[in-house]
Amino acid sequence: MRKQTNAPLIQISKRKELPWYGPIAIRAAAIVLALVVCAVVTTALTGENPLAVYGTMWEGAFGTPRKIWILMQNIAILLCVSLAVTPAFIMRFWNIGGEGQILVGGLATAACMILLGDKLPNGVLIALMLLVSLAAGGLWGAIPAVCKARWNTNETLFTLMMNYVATQLVAFFVIVWEVPKGAGKIGIINQSTEAGWLPQIGSYKYLLNILIVAVLTAAMYIYLTRSKQGYEIAVVGQSQRTARYVGIKVGRVVVRTMILSGALCGLAGFLLVAGTDHTITTTIAGGRGFTAVMVSWLAGFNPINMIFTSFLLVFLDRGAGEIATDFGLNHSFGDILTGIILFFIIGSEFFIRYQLRLRKHAGKEG
Amino acid sequence: MFDLVSFIPRAVVQSIPLLLGATGETLTEKSGNLNLGIPGIMYVGGISGVIGAFLYEQAAGGSLNPFLAVAIPTLACLLGSALMGLLYCFLTVTLRANQNVTGLAMTTFGVGFGNFFGGSLIKLTGSEVPSIALSATSGYFSAALPFADSLGWFGKIFLSYGFLAYVAIALALVCSYVLNHTRTGLHLRAVGENPATADAAGINIGRYKYAATVIGSMIAGLGGLYYVMDYACGVWSNDAFGDRGWLAIALVIFTIWRPNVGILSSILFGGLYILYLFVPTGMNLSVKELYKMLPYLVTIVVLVISSMRNKRENQPPESLGLAYFREDR
Amino acid sequence: MDTKTPAVSLRNISKSFGGVPANEKVNLDIYRGEILALLGENGSGKTTLMNMLSGIYFPDEGQILIDGQPVVISSPKDAYAYGIGMIHQHFKLVDVLTAAQNIVLGLKEPGRLNMEAVARRIRQICDEYGFDVDPDQKIYDMSVSQKQTVEIVKVLYRGADILILDEPTAVLTPQETEKLFAVLRNMRDSGKAIVIITHKMHEVEALSDRVAVLNRGRFVGDVMTKDTNAQEMTNMMVGHPVSLNIQRPEPKDPKPRIEVDGLTVRSEDGILKLQDVSFTAYSGEILGIAGISGCGQKELLEAIAGLQPVEKGSIRYVEDNGTTDELIGKDPLEITSMGVALSFVPEDRLGMGLVGNMDLTDNMMLRSFREGHSVFTDRNGPKALAEQVVRELGVITPGLNTPVRRLSGGNVQKILVGREIASAPTVLLTAYAVRGLDINSSYTIYDLINKQKQAGVAVVYVGEDLDVLLQLCDRIVVLCGGKVSGILDGRTATKNEIGLMMTTVGGTREHA
Repeated sequence: MRKQTNAPLIQISKRKELPWYGPIAIRAAAIVLALVVCAVVTTALTGENPLAVYGTMWEGAFGTPRKIWILMQNIAILLCVSLAVTPAFIMRFWNIGGEGQILVGGLATAACMILLGDKLPNGVLIALMLLVSLAAGGLWGAIPAVCKARWNTNETLFTLMMNYVATQLVAFFVIVWEVPKGAGKIGIINQSTEAGWLPQIGSYKYLLNILIVAVLTAAMYIYLTRSKQGYEIAVVGQSQRTARYVGIKVGRVVVRTMILSGALCGLAGFLLVAGTDHTITTTIAGGRGFTAVMVSWLAGFNPINMIFTSFLLVFLDRGAGEIATDFGLNHSFGDILTGIILFFIIGSEFFIRYQLRLRKHAGKEG
Repeated sequence: MFDLVSFIPRAVVQSIPLLLGATGETLTEKSGNLNLGIPGIMYVGGISGVIGAFLYEQAAGGSLNPFLAVAIPTLACLLGSALMGLLYCFLTVTLRANQNVTGLAMTTFGVGFGNFFGGSLIKLTGSEVPSIALSATSGYFSAALPFADSLGWFGKIFLSYGFLAYVAIALALVCSYVLNHTRTGLHLRAVGENPATADAAGINIGRYKYAATVIGSMIAGLGGLYYVMDYACGVWSNDAFGDRGWLAIALVIFTIWRPNVGILSSILFGGLYILYLFVPTGMNLSVKELYKMLPYLVTIVVLVISSMRNKRENQPPESLGLAYFREDR
Repeated sequence: MDTKTPAVSLRNISKSFGGVPANEKVNLDIYRGEILALLGENGSGKTTLMNMLSGIYFPDEGQILIDGQPVVISSPKDAYAYGIGMIHQHFKLVDVLTAAQNIVLGLKEPGRLNMEAVARRIRQICDEYGFDVDPDQKIYDMSVSQKQTVEIVKVLYRGADILILDEPTAVLTPQETEKLFAVLRNMRDSGKAIVIITHKMHEVEALSDRVAVLNRGRFVGDVMTKDTNAQEMTNMMVGHPVSLNIQRPEPKDPKPRIEVDGLTVRSEDGILKLQDVSFTAYSGEILGIAGISGCGQKELLEAIAGLQPVEKGSIRYVEDNGTTDELIGKDPLEITSMGVALSFVPEDRLGMGLVGNMDLTDNMMLRSFREGHSVFTDRNGPKALAEQVVRELGVITPGLNTPVRRLSGGNVQKILVGREIASAPTVLLTAYAVRGLDINSSYTIYDLINKQKQAGVAVVYVGEDLDVLLQLCDRIVVLCGGKVSGILDGRTATKNEIGLMMTTVGGTREHA
């Protein structure tokens, strides 16, 4: 009964530390490979030559100054949401409720604009909008955090469900405030007075948004790496027992961090409503709450790296959108390309952490 | 008065995609894989079925063979969702990637895949129909059992559904039996609870994770197929499937990882999902939007309550969400 | 029985992890009808070597022979096919399943799963060797020794005739150990090959027929047990002569420091973990805590450290001038801010005392990061402390920026203890301070603890090795099922006495 079994053909073992360029090279190779696959897929669907496809994508992202501004604006908003969810992730709190937190932030902003647009001076109004949106997002983040802290309620599902509650809440108010009655949408708020609209800097419509997010990026980097609160977040994320052991109040850190996380998502909602769209819809967040999870993770939770990862995802989305328009295809094409790139990057992490070795003496076994 | 005889069948019809998704996800989670890609997989399952049916309807012209009309979309759906399951496994089991991120990427991809082909299928195949309306195929999927009409309320509540609805319930019962009463189920539970132990006992961890996840994905994919072929009468519209995939994942926790409990719970969810249609609100349309919150609010309440009463038997599989590497130390 | 051909032969086996060699060119023979003790320090590669036999790891190089035939064992299933069964130190059991379900796990018996037939066979095996297992009991309801029994039955159920036990006595009382040894001798006499992995001399002497010694991953040699003695084996194991005596200076001017009175603690599930526990810890003395693992030691230390909610009782800190402060109801931060210098070396070093993924400096910062009014952290102080600990305690590390999880167990413990005593404590709580450490590191730790004692610190030492407790501690509190079973003088108590008190309070048998 003793049968000869073969040794495993491929052996997997943990790597020693790679030199600093190792991970970069592996990730770059993954992205290149992914782009090749994307090109093949695109060519298969459109019949266009792959280089022309990338030309089109480049066009879509950088073709005109307007497109560049839109690209930058989209990067800014996505980056803002990614920065927002990051402290929670470092704490190992899987906040996939960014979507809902953006929505309530946007809703709060819109509410101020609609209800107080003609009652307050613009400066006061905008300050109030900012505060209220931060508070609304913070509250939306705090609710699952409190339950997590008290009863260890599963935060992934809780935050997810909060997204839909927020969506319905927005849907409710959209009908309450719809203009005109029966339209099912609000339309541009305060179009004539521009009350509550974020001011333009010079002739650059989105510059203020971009500057705000740039400052936020630097601030978040410093907060996470240098501040006492950032250190507490890291300890709680690594080990709650260690945190308790050194007297960190875990529940308090969880709630505090989620308020921060939610408030910054609320800020993204504020920027979207007051700075960009000047209206509120149920889809204003556009899936950024989910995309941000990937942006943040791909960047290794490092705010500076997130500039690049959010650029990558937004570029893909804009570029693929251009392809779709050019060839009369559906705009979800971007999601497919994004998915393919993500799969490659996710898979490449394996080669950073592990090494493969082919079996020695392969000839010996029968 | 509240019309139960018309409410229950509609709740059941709503519940079937949720039930299939939840059964598939339960099976997957029992192997320790938290597959957040289920919403995407359900889209892929749905659109794969649509593509199969569309191509077959185009090829067959007017005369459909009833068997092929059901078999081709079903096989296409199973194939599409199985491939998604394989992809998830390859990334998380073979390459040990982070399950949350992989799942979310799969959902992005899957939803995009569904919407892309849903929106571009006609152009890609160069066909001349104005929209994808597979009413002929759908007719076979939604055919009720015999006597459904002649047995009054009984027929309406119990016999009026397409065959996939009964398949869904049967699958839930079978999964439940397999998990609790067979060697395979025992091994699968061990893999999800404590892979190191299962490994030391000679169970092939990779094989069980792959099998459970791929089969789970196929079952969930059927949920997408049911939705478009039966519920939506063969009409694909982008984003129409909505958040049902996420609700299915919520349902897994709601049922504390028990597919048989899932049958009634999914009907409850289905009922909450459409309750707004049955509640008289008069002219005030906005209130209906608030009623639509109900399934999510109930999920939250259940989540919180079940976390407050922490019982050993009601916990998720212990190694849920973690990759396994034998030589970790 | 043919004892000429080894049941198992290992030839030139090598294995490394991430470039660090764990075994180098090891040769070892295992015979049927013999109990082999595989002796070596912690970290000498004993477990790794046996894991290659049981299919958990796959050797980088070398050959395994079973009954003289070369074989390849690439998974635990292969190992079972060759009759090899291993009982791991950390039990490989699924908590939410029953004993019977765990025992049949992974088996491919023909036909449907019939739990009644399984239960019958389990009872049969139990009768044969004298075990006591309830097939329907869930694992999480079991004591450690019950779990171990399930493990052994599991291996026998699979028909293993080569049994490997990895430090099987670490969690057992002396009495339970004796019972286990009797069973193992039974099995040897029925012709099975038994390997026990251990680093305890007296076990080698009491049980084994032959002893094989590993040192730093290399095979040093093997001898018949009757032809050797403890000192010789220790020298082989460590590689150089060592003295086996732990110092015990007389306490100087002991004064009450911590008064525990009527302490009762319930776990979150409502299980009584400590019941009416009272004792006093004095300055300048080492108070040992003995007991079966999991009978309240962890809860006791955590209650003193402010980490464990308490149901009843009091824990008073007595200052030098005699004033007392109540510690119950305070968290670690509040205890510190009261001026109580309390240090705690917990059992779970990387999961509680330190953060495995953080580097040395960040780990030093755990205790001090709040200092100062700035919102930013100061890294200079912790860095200096890290340098000092590395220098003074001889920590071997590639640098201060290395994540501590990459260091060996002994170095991890030195960092933890170094940080905890750096704050000049008046109370030092330690839990299993030398678990998993090699002999040299263990003695470094004993020395550090003795120095604290001589500096007037009240040391509470929770230990599992009764020999060490008896050599190191001035007094020993014996816990049994969460109650104080007795308080003994460390200089006069005997091992047997403590062993009995660990299982019995006032003559009635209690389950931990």
